[in-house]
Amino acid sequence: MAQIGETRRELALDCFLLAGKILMENGAETYRVEDTMIRMAVSQKMTNSHCFVTPTGIMFSPSDELSTRFVRINNRQTDLERVALVNSVSRRLVAGEFTLSQAYDELQKIDQTNLKFNIWLQILAAATASGCFLILLGGSWTDLPFAFVFGGTGFIIVETILERTRVKFFAEFIGSLAIGLLALLAVHSGFGKDLDTIIIGSIMPLVPGLLITNAVRDLMAGHFVSGLSKGAEAFLTAFAIGGGIALILSF
Amino acid sequence: MNWPLEAFLSFLAAGAFGVIFNTPRQTLISCGLVGMTGWLIYRSYNFMMDDSVQATFAGAFGVAIVAHLLAKKFKMPMIIFSVAGIIPLVPGSKAYNAMRNIVENNYLEAITFASEALMISGAVAMGLVFAEVLMQSFFKHQAKRIQKKIGMTLE
Repeated sequence: MAQIGETRRELALDCFLLAGKILMENGAETYRVEDTMIRMAVSQKMTNSHCFVTPTGIMFSPSDELSTRFVRINNRQTDLERVALVNSVSRRLVAGEFTLSQAYDELQKIDQTNLKFNIWLQILAAATASGCFLILLGGSWTDLPFAFVFGGTGFIIVETILERTRVKFFAEFIGSLAIGLLALLAVHSGFGKDLDTIIIGSIMPLVPGLLITNAVRDLMAGHFVSGLSKGAEAFLTAFAIGGGIALILSF
Repeated sequence: MNWPLEAFLSFLAAGAFGVIFNTPRQTLISCGLVGMTGWLIYRSYNFMMDDSVQATFAGAFGVAIVAHLLAKKFKMPMIIFSVAGIIPLVPGSKAYNAMRNIVENNYLEAITFASEALMISGAVAMGLVFAEVLMQSFFKHQAKRIQKKIGMTLE
């Protein structure tokens, strides 16, 4: 540690924590985040560093005698392009293609630019996925336009409420409530045929698939804190969706 | 069952999920292919053996293997490819039916569906775990072989 100067060490710590924060905020697995941070640290000759990552905060200790740094993670979303970009920055830092300050600049650029697909494209994708699932799960072709429209509508509602209130479970509850209501209206008015498949197809874009996969991979990598909390998040999401639909079905 | 149609639809669905999760643009087609592989394995197994739990296990296993290979090829995290492919295997309709029966006070039916949903999600998890272990030991073996070839010894 002695050969690294004070400012350089602080820059290195900023760099690692920013990388970890971006990864964790955008849906990477916890053990991958720890692995990436430790690899980056080893490439900067911090060989006995420790890091502890949870879905809500990252702790990083450069060595036994130096002070530990902590960063809080407030909002989590799914943006796998950022995960891939941070991964390639860390690869290039470890391979020696990037200096530390170059890597830090690159990470800040990744953190600040919005890489998401256009929102309309995302809505179209949600609608397409709903339509595809309707047919795959054995629905009839006459129901296809309903699943297409309701899937898109549900996605729009969830995104809009999420932007306004930042309460994820409320947004999902209202979204699935709207889907259930629309599907019920479509079937009762005589246009839709099968209520069940329309609803199942339309709620597919809201299913917490990433969280479930992440939770399983974290649990089997031995990260029980992260695995269980992600599992709880997935369960709550599923519960919110189920609650919205159940409320409609009970009429 | 109509194979080409199902293949196309599962490809489209997995690609659409790639857009929702914002995977990098150059991997969207691969994501679709992973989803298609998983769904076709699941459907053919289910068609032949008529056991949706085993079929889900096979599908998830296939998804994870293909995702690992693609992750090596693109030098990107494996999760980018596996997530979109896993979604079609998630037991959405079983969970829905369980909930519907609870709402209608058919608790026995509900328990049947709920335990099926639980078994299927367990099968998804086991498929991922098995593929992970297999691929890790395979890659380790391969790395050792290459190191031997170029005359490097392990530390």
